[in-house]
Amino acid sequence: MESCNCIEPQWPADELLMRYQYISDFFIALAYFSIPLELIYFVKKSAVFPYRWVLVQFGAFIVLCGATHLINLWTFTMHSRTVAIVMTAAKVLTAAVSCATALMLVHIIPDLLSVKTRELFLKNKAAELDREMGLIRTQEETGRHVRMLTHEIRSTLDRHTILKTTLVELGRTLGLEECALWMPTRSGVELQLSYTLHHQNPFGFTVPIQLPVINQVFSTNRAVKISPNSPVAKLRPSGKYMQGEVVAVRVPLLHLSNFQINDWPELSTKRYALMVLMLPSDSARQWHVHELELVEVVADQVAVALSHAAILEESMRARDLLMDQNVALDLARREAETAVRARNDFLAVMNHEMRTPMHAIVALSSLLQETELTPEQRLMVETILKSSNLLATLINDVLDLSRLEDGSLQLDIEPFDLHGLFKEVINLIKPIASVKKLFVTLSMSSDLPEYAIGDEKRLMQIMLNVVGNAVKFSREGGISISASVAKSDSLRDPRAPDFFPVLSDNHFYLRVQVKDTGSGISPQDIPKLFTKFAQSQSLAAKNSGGSGLGLAICKRFVNLMDGHIWLESEGLGKGCTAIFMVKLGLRGRSNEAKLQYVSRAPVNHVRTNFTGLKVIVMDDNGVSRMVTKGLLVHLGCDVATVSSGDECLKVVNNEHKVVFMDVSIPGIDIYAVAVRIHEKFARRRDRPLIVALTGNTDRVTKESCMRVGMDGVILKPVSVDKMRSVLSELLDHGVLLEAQ
Amino acid sequence: MEVGQLQKSFVDYTASLFREGFLDGQFSQLQQLQDESNPDFVVEVVSLFFEDSDKLLNDLTRALDQQNIDFKKVDAHVHQLKGSSSSIGAQRVKNACVAFRNFCEEQNVEACLRCLHQVKQEYLLVKSKLETLFTLEQQIITAGGAIPMME
Repeated sequence: MESCNCIEPQWPADELLMRYQYISDFFIALAYFSIPLELIYFVKKSAVFPYRWVLVQFGAFIVLCGATHLINLWTFTMHSRTVAIVMTAAKVLTAAVSCATALMLVHIIPDLLSVKTRELFLKNKAAELDREMGLIRTQEETGRHVRMLTHEIRSTLDRHTILKTTLVELGRTLGLEECALWMPTRSGVELQLSYTLHHQNPFGFTVPIQLPVINQVFSTNRAVKISPNSPVAKLRPSGKYMQGEVVAVRVPLLHLSNFQINDWPELSTKRYALMVLMLPSDSARQWHVHELELVEVVADQVAVALSHAAILEESMRARDLLMDQNVALDLARREAETAVRARNDFLAVMNHEMRTPMHAIVALSSLLQETELTPEQRLMVETILKSSNLLATLINDVLDLSRLEDGSLQLDIEPFDLHGLFKEVINLIKPIASVKKLFVTLSMSSDLPEYAIGDEKRLMQIMLNVVGNAVKFSREGGISISASVAKSDSLRDPRAPDFFPVLSDNHFYLRVQVKDTGSGISPQDIPKLFTKFAQSQSLAAKNSGGSGLGLAICKRFVNLMDGHIWLESEGLGKGCTAIFMVKLGLRGRSNEAKLQYVSRAPVNHVRTNFTGLKVIVMDDNGVSRMVTKGLLVHLGCDVATVSSGDECLKVVNNEHKVVFMDVSIPGIDIYAVAVRIHEKFARRRDRPLIVALTGNTDRVTKESCMRVGMDGVILKPVSVDKMRSVLSELLDHGVLLEAQ
Repeated sequence: MEVGQLQKSFVDYTASLFREGFLDGQFSQLQQLQDESNPDFVVEVVSLFFEDSDKLLNDLTRALDQQNIDFKKVDAHVHQLKGSSSSIGAQRVKNACVAFRNFCEEQNVEACLRCLHQVKQEYLLVKSKLETLFTLEQQIITAGGAIPMME
């Protein structure tokens, strides 16, 4: 600016303006100098500010600006060139720095601005975190409540306590006005109010289960808000101004069988209880989500607790049951032991007690046999002896059953009359068979040796058992026994794959087959037959008696005799065939020396004296009747004649020893008469022997006679000698073995 | 007549009866049955036989005379006759009866009538023979002898 070089007076008229400029510049300079100082001061304080360089620049700029303005103060007055230069320098510097700063600021200000946005962002984040914190806190609190509730609920296994505690704790935790539990009734048609928080004894309050609101609650496992006016929620005295909100949740009632580990049944449970929770009325509270979740969790927990309670009940019951069973089993075991002990004692005692009288009977009977006896007495004694021998054997064998099983039983091997044995069996079985109107036939093959070596008594026992069974289980028809020597091809039996009979010169295999026409055996029962004491149901049901021991003993004996026994039957009602094979010794030349055998029926011992023997002759042909009577009278008998069956039955009594019947009488059923005689005299001892006189001895007649229980068949005409020998044999043996 | 002679004729006669088949072993059995306790046994039996047979034969004649012959009844009668005759040992009568029975089974009327005729004939024969025999026996006894036993 061009300034005049005149000396101007201090403070001219424009000097006010100048003065003001002067002061402003001064203050500007001051401010300019103080701003950087402040900046430095605060930056030093903060130590965070990253733009130091910018500050320096800024400070420099400000300082220079201040310096400029300061130097400006000197330019108001006359100033030297130096001042001008300094001023210029200052201005130049200031310009440079300010430009630099301006340029710098372009870069910096966006940064500074973004700091602001970040700050905003962070603030938002902080707010969010705060919210979440709040949520977590509430959740944690809920969890705490649930844990506490669960603890309370699960601290007991009593169903009632569980439910009551649930309600109480829920009420407390959630601050409920009322809390109720509706249980389904036994019929499942209604819900009954079972527990409430504040009501005492909610009795008889029921609600049908098919209400829509209830279905709605039951259909989901969430807690459902329901209307306070629904029937399940009408528990409070009405009249309150503003009912609180009500929530209902289903509580599954789990059955023991539904409760699987790791497999929470969703749909298989059909029974639910209903828990209804009511907020206090007249409060503005609303159900919060976390509260609903709490309720749902509690409902589940209650379900679990209830099922645990049920399990416990069940297991207690099972344990009690087991204990009772244990006690019972123990008792049974002790009883069984006692029974076994008793049986053993019994066997031991009977062993001795039974054998003693048995032996007395046998010994004395055989002694009696040696004395003088009348024919009837002899017959009686022989029967006694035979029966008692049998009985003795039976006793011995039953009592020795244990010995049998041990294998320590030994057979008594002796030579015996094989043919005689069969006849004996027939003799013994015929009375029983004839009472049941069964015929008994025996056929012995021609190559069957007359004598054999073996255990006669045991073989007899086997035979009697088998034949006895055949008779026992037949109601009609008859028994046919056939005895033969087993040929090698018939020895192997497909049913007995482990039976390997070995033939040798000194032995033969006796094959006996007993066929009956009785009730038969069903195929599935056959394997059981030889089991001790086992009788099939149908057999036992007929009450046929017997302990089921017979066949087992037979099997043992047969096995001891290196043989095999089995039964065949085509089924029930089709009869049964018992077959057994045993090994017997042959009475060869080498054995004859040992033979002590005495013929049982010596031919030369024929009686001649039949004096007083009372007999009946039944014949409708007068001539033939007279002839027969004469025959018998000649032999010394006391003969009564009858011409008809009825007359015969009227006349016959137990004094008559023999009844001779002419079989060819037409119009009279001889067989019926024979049967009636059998019926009339129950005991064999009393019954007269029945002999048929017939003109033909064909097989049919013979079998018919045998079937009805006749003791013999005689072919007419009869000579005196024949009659004599017939009578002799009848009285000696009680049976006529061959038709004479 | 002398006892010895009577006895001899008795023996011969009896032997001839056996030889000609009128009687068989059964008759000798009957004779054996006759003893002191039963002296007239044979006569009694034979008399009874005659009575029975007479009746039976009459019945048979009547039965076969019917329009509708009841063969069962005929058979029954013949059976009886057979039984009686075999009981005393009238062999030929018995044989005739056997044949008769067969024809009865066949229901052959002609043959039955023929058989009946045959039976009657045989019966009358044996009857007369036996009566002769008994007369001989009586003679022997009245003569004081004993009836000789047949071997």
